[in-house]
Amino acid sequence: MTHQTKPGLRRWLKGLMLRRMHRMITCKEFEDFVLRYLDGELSGRQKSIFELHLAICRECRDYLAAYQRAIELGRGVLGPPEEPVPEDVPEDLVRAILDAREN
Amino acid sequence: MPDDRSKAQDMARNQPGGEAEAERLVRDNIGWMLALAGRVLRDRALAEDAVQEAFLHAFRGLDGFEGRSSLKTWLHRITLNVSLTRLRQLKRLAEQPIDEYLPEFDRHDCRIEAPWSYLAPLEDVLESEDLRAQVSQSIEALPDAYRIVLQLRDIEGYDTSEVAELLDISAGNVKVRLHRARAALKKLLEPILRGEVR
Repeated sequence: MTHQTKPGLRRWLKGLMLRRMHRMITCKEFEDFVLRYLDGELSGRQKSIFELHLAICRECRDYLAAYQRAIELGRGVLGPPEEPVPEDVPEDLVRAILDAREN
Repeated sequence: MPDDRSKAQDMARNQPGGEAEAERLVRDNIGWMLALAGRVLRDRALAEDAVQEAFLHAFRGLDGFEGRSSLKTWLHRITLNVSLTRLRQLKRLAEQPIDEYLPEFDRHDCRIEAPWSYLAPLEDVLESEDLRAQVSQSIEALPDAYRIVLQLRDIEGYDTSEVAELLDISAGNVKVRLHRARAALKKLLEPILRGEVR
């Protein structure tokens, strides 16, 4: 006999707990708060509810960590926007712009 | 030293030296302007057209440049506006489906997320040219309506209200698109983030 809970039962219990217990939100509700949480726009009460969910939900904790790493990677690869000016200034384009200015 | 405003007015009024100043303005700024237009339009030829148009807008508007921002900030905004107008003309800013990349939930509203035993460190990815190229490709794979919001907010550094104004959409819509774009990017980057691709 095993003491492991079946995944379906575990998810059902988790969903029940998140929906019914005081100051709990479901993962779907958590999703709606992610952007405002990262922008620092949640009220004190909303923030504590968000962080309570984060503390008890492994899936949302992992998700948020990967979500933030994806943002950092985007910034790291495409930014910062003040990249050095390329050496090869396209002469024909410079000429075309200056000619168009005169006309 | 003449400030940005007086240099701009010399160029605009064809004062002596204005010609040389105009050429210097083009040479000093064309590189980053092409890079910016390229990031928005993802096409070199379209970016060159946009930069040419941006300079012509700038030359026409120089007389009215009041020096409240730096010349570079002013050119940045013009380049962005011209590039976004091009995107709009190409009908690439219409909302497109992105649902396949969004988070999934079961019927109990619990998140469906495979366990993460590893999350790739930022430096490990950034040090690899191959992985950097894959991240870049993943961003490019996002539908334009979402990619552009992510680029403006997370990469170019504009705030929500500025992005809303640039794209002529509501601040709420910017937030929805930004969150979806980030969630989709996370999904697209999962093989890298999980260390399955090194």
